[in-house]
Amino acid sequence: MSATTTDPPADRAEPRRSLAGAPLAIEVEGLTRRFADYTALDAVDVTIREGEFFSLLGPSGCGKTTLLRIIGGLDHADAGVVRIGGQDVRGIPAHKRPVNTVFQSYALFPHLSVRDNVAFGLRMKRVPEPDRGRRVERALELVQIGALAGRKPAQLSGGQKQRVALARALVNEPKVLLLDEPLGALDLKLRKELQVELLSLQRRLGITFVFVTHDQEEALVMSDRVAVMRAGTIEQLGEVHQLYERPRNRFVGQFLGSVNLLEGTVQASSPEELALASPVGTLRAVRRPGDPGATGKLTLAIRPEKVRLLPDFGKGENRFECLVEQVIYTGNASHYHLRCGQQRLTAEAMNDAPAVRGLQPGQRVAVELPPASLIVLED
Amino acid sequence: MAPAQRTIEVRFGEQLTRGGQIARSAFTSGPAIAWVTVLLLLPMVGILVTSVLSRGPYGEIAPVLTTDNYKRLLGFGLLGFDPQYPIIIARSLLLAAGTTVVCLLAGFPLAFFISSLPGRAKQVALTLVVIPFWTNLLIRTYAWQLLLGPDGWLAEAASALGLVDEGSPLYPGTFAVYLGMLCAYLPFLVLPLYTSVEKIDWAIAEAASDLGADGPRVFLHAILPQVMPGMVAGMILVFIPATGQFVIPDLLGGAKTVMLGNAIQQQYGASRDWPFGAAITLVGMVVVLGGLLVQQRVARKSGQPAGEGML
Amino acid sequence: MRRASLPLWLTSAALYVFLYAPIVVVIVYSFNAARHGGPWRGFTWRWYATLLDNQDKLLAARNTLVLGGASTAVSTLLGTGLGYGLSRYDFPGKRLFSFLMYIPVVIPDIVMAVAMLMFYSLVRQWLGLFELGMTTMVLAHVTFQIPFVAIVVRSRMVGMDPAIEEAAHDLGASSLQTFLHVTLPMILPAVVAGGMLAFTLSLDDFVVSFFTTGPGASTLPILIYASVKRGITPDINALSSLIILISVIGTVLPMFLQRSPKPRGES
Repeated sequence: MSATTTDPPADRAEPRRSLAGAPLAIEVEGLTRRFADYTALDAVDVTIREGEFFSLLGPSGCGKTTLLRIIGGLDHADAGVVRIGGQDVRGIPAHKRPVNTVFQSYALFPHLSVRDNVAFGLRMKRVPEPDRGRRVERALELVQIGALAGRKPAQLSGGQKQRVALARALVNEPKVLLLDEPLGALDLKLRKELQVELLSLQRRLGITFVFVTHDQEEALVMSDRVAVMRAGTIEQLGEVHQLYERPRNRFVGQFLGSVNLLEGTVQASSPEELALASPVGTLRAVRRPGDPGATGKLTLAIRPEKVRLLPDFGKGENRFECLVEQVIYTGNASHYHLRCGQQRLTAEAMNDAPAVRGLQPGQRVAVELPPASLIVLED
Repeated sequence: MAPAQRTIEVRFGEQLTRGGQIARSAFTSGPAIAWVTVLLLLPMVGILVTSVLSRGPYGEIAPVLTTDNYKRLLGFGLLGFDPQYPIIIARSLLLAAGTTVVCLLAGFPLAFFISSLPGRAKQVALTLVVIPFWTNLLIRTYAWQLLLGPDGWLAEAASALGLVDEGSPLYPGTFAVYLGMLCAYLPFLVLPLYTSVEKIDWAIAEAASDLGADGPRVFLHAILPQVMPGMVAGMILVFIPATGQFVIPDLLGGAKTVMLGNAIQQQYGASRDWPFGAAITLVGMVVVLGGLLVQQRVARKSGQPAGEGML
Repeated sequence: MRRASLPLWLTSAALYVFLYAPIVVVIVYSFNAARHGGPWRGFTWRWYATLLDNQDKLLAARNTLVLGGASTAVSTLLGTGLGYGLSRYDFPGKRLFSFLMYIPVVIPDIVMAVAMLMFYSLVRQWLGLFELGMTTMVLAHVTFQIPFVAIVVRSRMVGMDPAIEEAAHDLGASSLQTFLHVTLPMILPAVVAGGMLAFTLSLDDFVVSFFTTGPGASTLPILIYASVKRGITPDINALSSLIILISVIGTVLPMFLQRSPKPRGES
């Protein structure tokens, strides 16, 4: 299955930034990688634009790291093509490719100082002094570890090693930087700090970043576009808000944030809308171009923050009554676990909304699912 | 279209074709493999061949095929049934087996003991076992002559206890040989056994005794299976070399304790009967290969890579 | 593991005593003033002093060291190559050869000695080379040293984070550059440890040397054996004590060298 890029929905605000039309930094076509007992990548197609912050997102074993490594030349493919800057890199070994990698385990050379680590790539390519020294100093400054230049990796903390790894890769001025879950081993606070730093770094340098992560929040914060992967294929590829607002299937919907799922049978449909017989009654949903066909069994999804809790029942479509089972307070908002007959729903609402003031478990509340917020899923 | 991508593999960052890997192997592992093959493995084949040849009148090897050497090993000598060599073979195997058993009896307590020590002490205790392991075997063996000699402390103690006559040494003899063997081979068994003992999941033993099993049963069913890999590795490291042991029976044993090793030495020395010596050596080689195969089998079952040293 | 019980302590203590008894007795008796071994008759350094005058012993010592040095140099080179090659590359028959390389580790000395003898006599017949002597001993020692060095180097290679070499390539180092600038510095402690192991093995060896030695090429172990056969004399105890001392140092040092920490990711 090849990935499709979905167009930004008309009802959304301006996307993060549009790099459509930029030259292609990386093209992957039909890439397949098989191991002894399973297929890591199954005919994957993806294109990454120059200057983009592109993330590969997915659970362990989905193939995201394998894809990254093949692009970097650290692994081979069984079939398919990889082009970097338009050039087919098959047969070109890692050390000749214009890409650099930041490894999950940092992979710093333990017997060299921070400065020598960073200078390594330039030394191997025989960049002469004073050029080399200058570039090394600049790289050290860029990631703010100038003060640690003389230390050895064993004397550094995780976050510091991370920066050295980054400097070591960036000093070579690669066309593309490949990052393999670089923040995975750091604690939450440090991770968030570095996320912001990495993002601003990327914007400043304009280098294409390909970022692998299993943390959906991370991907959402930093990326221009994300490819959500599962079991060797790309489930959906697109700009961040597209993936969040319009997931194609359950997997993507549940991987990025959470969704409520309503299963039912289609009763009627037209090109603009459909009516679904669901456990909470008949629901009307707005159809969009690119949505799957409206026949037979179908699943609708809706994000918790889109589920409307109303002060009174009143008249309107897609309205029904639910029992509040649990209220979970999260500071500025609360999660409401609702039971509506056979259907369970989770709603999220800001704590100052009038409709939910004083709402307690055991009470009944009117719930509305706006037709425009219902997402038609492929499975 | 494009050249077959299958022939290129990337390992550790290097892009290599199948042929490239073979070339690299030849360059790195090649010399060592060639060396050992030429100097050891091929000669071992040579031993096999020699063992079916005959001894010429002046002690050289005569290219006459014969099974006489093997017959002699089985007891059918030139002058009728002569159990000398079957006895020697049996005695050597018995000694090796006996040594293995004694090493097990001593090794288990030692392994458990070291495992029970806290971190630092553990390292020290382990190192203390390793040090004699690397001290010259010849020296350690002849030292037993000192210890067991008529003036030695042990002999005096033994005669005081009435075990032996006044002034008689505790060597040469089977007892002395066993002492020497135990001393020589105990570390060979303790070290691999210890690595297995370290990994024991005691929860299983506790569960077993929870369910009503008594001491010996707990050991047999909950502990033994877990230490099997290390135990077997150690047993092989003892049994194989012990079969061909030459120095210890030579120094501590007497005429009654001629072993395979001594017999081989004789044939290559005084008797100058290389074909027969080769036949005897072959018995040793069979034990070696047999033991290695057993080790491979056990290692594969427990998922550990075979051929990895315990050093 | 639970703490050891008293019987376990006692048994273990007894076993340790047992293991060290021979070593202790040799060292003690080397100071024994009694002429022909036998009961204690006073403390003396005399036997150590006589060692320095004894031509045979000095020659044997020199031979032992030359033998050790030469064989270690060769076996460390070959063994390191083997350890590196086996851990990095694949070739047809690799499984088989790995198995075969393990044979010198377990083989009884005497089988190896016979095999070497066979090799030499064959070569002598056809090429006229290899009269028994120093050369034949060096070649024999290298043969049993190689797998030990290979095992030490290989286990260090296997324990290394593969990402380090990948990083080197990723940053633009060719295979040769990676080896020289990254791999070799990182495995150097293991190579040295392997070398020291090989050296100790050579010093300790008796049986193989005994079978492959020739006139004028006696080593210390051979000398000791010949002496012991004639009857233990105190100067032999002195010599043995020195050898013990060297062995102990040779054992403990590599352990300190091999403590080089593995590069670790935070995860």
